[in-house]
Amino acid sequence: MNVTENKTICAGEINASLRVPLLALFGGAGVWLVVGLGLGLIAGIKFHAPEFLSACPLLTYGRVAPAANDAVLYGFCIPAALGVMLWIFARLSRAPLALPLVPVVAAHLWHLGVLVGLGGILAGESTGHLWLEFPRAAAVLLFAAFLLIAVSAAATFGWRQERELYPAHWFLFAALLWFPWIYASANLFLVSNAPPRGVVQPIIAWWFVNNLLFVWLALVGMGTAFYFLPKIAGRPLAGAGYALFGFLTLIFFGTWCGIPQSAPLPAWLPSASTFAALLAIIPVLALAIVTRNTVSGACVACKGGPFCFIKFGVLGFFVASLLYLSEFCPRYSRVLDFTWFNFGVTQWQLLGFAGMVLCGAIYEILPQVMEKPLPFARLAKANFFLFAGGVLLLVLPLLIGGVAQGKLLVNPNVAFADATAVALKYLRISTTGQLLLLLGSLCLVLNVLVLTIQWKLSVVKTVVDYIKSPLETSEVKS
Amino acid sequence: MKTGLPVFLAAGVALGASWCGLVLAPSLQLGGAKETFVLQSSDNWPAQRTGDATIGLQIYRANGCAACHTEQVRQTGVTSEVTITALGTQKPDDFLAFAKSLFVLPKLADYTNALAANLNGWTGELPKTLLTSTDKEVVAEMASRLKAVGVKTETRVVATGADIARGWGSRQSVAADYLYDQPVQLGSLRAGPDLATIGVRVPDANWHWQHLFAPKAVVKNSTMPSFKFLFEVRKVGAAPSPDALKLTGEFAPAAGYEVVPKPEARQLVAYLLSLKNNVPLYEAPFTPVTAAK
Repeated sequence: MNVTENKTICAGEINASLRVPLLALFGGAGVWLVVGLGLGLIAGIKFHAPEFLSACPLLTYGRVAPAANDAVLYGFCIPAALGVMLWIFARLSRAPLALPLVPVVAAHLWHLGVLVGLGGILAGESTGHLWLEFPRAAAVLLFAAFLLIAVSAAATFGWRQERELYPAHWFLFAALLWFPWIYASANLFLVSNAPPRGVVQPIIAWWFVNNLLFVWLALVGMGTAFYFLPKIAGRPLAGAGYALFGFLTLIFFGTWCGIPQSAPLPAWLPSASTFAALLAIIPVLALAIVTRNTVSGACVACKGGPFCFIKFGVLGFFVASLLYLSEFCPRYSRVLDFTWFNFGVTQWQLLGFAGMVLCGAIYEILPQVMEKPLPFARLAKANFFLFAGGVLLLVLPLLIGGVAQGKLLVNPNVAFADATAVALKYLRISTTGQLLLLLGSLCLVLNVLVLTIQWKLSVVKTVVDYIKSPLETSEVKS
Repeated sequence: MKTGLPVFLAAGVALGASWCGLVLAPSLQLGGAKETFVLQSSDNWPAQRTGDATIGLQIYRANGCAACHTEQVRQTGVTSEVTITALGTQKPDDFLAFAKSLFVLPKLADYTNALAANLNGWTGELPKTLLTSTDKEVVAEMASRLKAVGVKTETRVVATGADIARGWGSRQSVAADYLYDQPVQLGSLRAGPDLATIGVRVPDANWHWQHLFAPKAVVKNSTMPSFKFLFEVRKVGAAPSPDALKLTGEFAPAAGYEVVPKPEARQLVAYLLSLKNNVPLYEAPFTPVTAAK
């Protein structure tokens, strides 16, 4: 048996082992993305017409807005990232997925958890902590599901045929450890029967949010990019040393950001975050250099394909991270705190970085794992342009509007209503961006769901063919 | 690198360090916080909420009010000011001449222009604020000089900042204010005004009910959605309810009907009225305005 033959058999086995878990993870993720962006659109429209759907308590702005955010983060980003992680671990290990049934169960458990969580928020059972709104039942489901997938991923990693570790490994392996720790910690403190007193609650929530939205998404997004960019460009990752340096500085400095400057806390807490944010610029720059050296000069005509998605996403990571870190500069935060600016940066991190990278990865993985082309390849390309346009239209007005609003808010001679009104003009444009994003997510969900249906039909057909086929003579005799 | 152990260890140390720093340390420092004292008063701070207000916080949480409203006032600094309350035996003109003689003193030389501008056109009305936006030492120097010539003064500590200038509070919010909040609803966006002192600014429950039922009825151009589901529109019974909202024009219910707050609306408003983070504390001092009179 020669080497290439061995490889192809291996790839086939790996694909077969990943097919069901990935369809379960990506299918649900696509649906939640549509749900999240749809809820986001409803929330956005409410700023232009406050009476829109206001008679229904389930759809009041304060419930829809966090539900929309959580649907995108917990419904789309995390399960999609887990699917991509399983794929990368199996491929880099040159071994099929270990315990393939576990992630299938876990994926359904996860999506059930998101359903319970979103239902809980809309029914008024939100915990009241930013990004931790899911009620306790949902949090338990999500935690259990994540652990199950982590077990499968860790087993795949442990039983790998190829011993060498790549930069993608470090990032994704760390992400696997990160989430259970921060999610369990935050929920045990905040959603328990004896939560800590007073401002300790928001401090823990801020620590969690920073670790999830900045560090975890960076680990997952950059890990994915460091696997796919060299793969698609057909050249090795430039400067693995820089990548290691970026990884270490990110996890050591990035984890201390997150405490807003204006928070009513002892001064050492916001100051620690300011200092950490200054240092966290280093990993962002290091990872930028690695990506630039890997991608520049690569002869890949992407035309809206996965390469475009991931490149756009990584660019989004640099810009959004630098903007995010600037929020911790006391001088800027005085103007930017409590405005739409911070909301815009978060949307960029979620959709413009993680969402883009993960969508690109899904479009790259699906045809390979299903061993057939995407059913609507044109929609996949349209998805890129809708997402890219949607993210820019959503985020840029929020950033500009946020600065304009902030400048008026710090001027006590301007009435508060006038400062808010300035931002409303910009919110109109960003609602258009939300609409584009929603259309883009429909392209994704169509592709994934049609692939799933095709695959289910083919399984049924195989079974039916098998039942119908005449028995072989040898079997009849025995 | 061939094993995952270094990554595992590095991630554990990095996350463990930040956990100790930003979860454990604040819990140790602030988790055992107790009630504190209000300055120049025998009251404790913060006060426990009434039952209705405690449930009202849960209505506030359930409807995500914190998505648009913050409950924290920011402050850029503290300044002192000195006000004359009585001239004693001095006549206003004598006093002006005396005040001009102070201009040359080393500590006060920098404030010559401010003093001159403040006293320009003054004909003896009291109380008169002599100096604002300065530091403690200058104010103390001024007060002692004036005391020496029999002029009574009062010095005040004033917190500064845009939020305070907007009338959203007299001082910044501090950790002690949130001792009894569960969950703490700091908020992160000001699509609506800050609510840290809404119970002081608008102490009228009827106003709040009207505002929740039909925001535009009391605040023109409001972008707040209506919370009609917290109210009951019902036929007027034998006698109209004393709590029925006084709505006019397009917001009024049909003839023969009245709008009364459900218990949820009463509780939510009880919570809003309990937001009075406006007393001087050791860590956030200011001189209340009432004391100056």
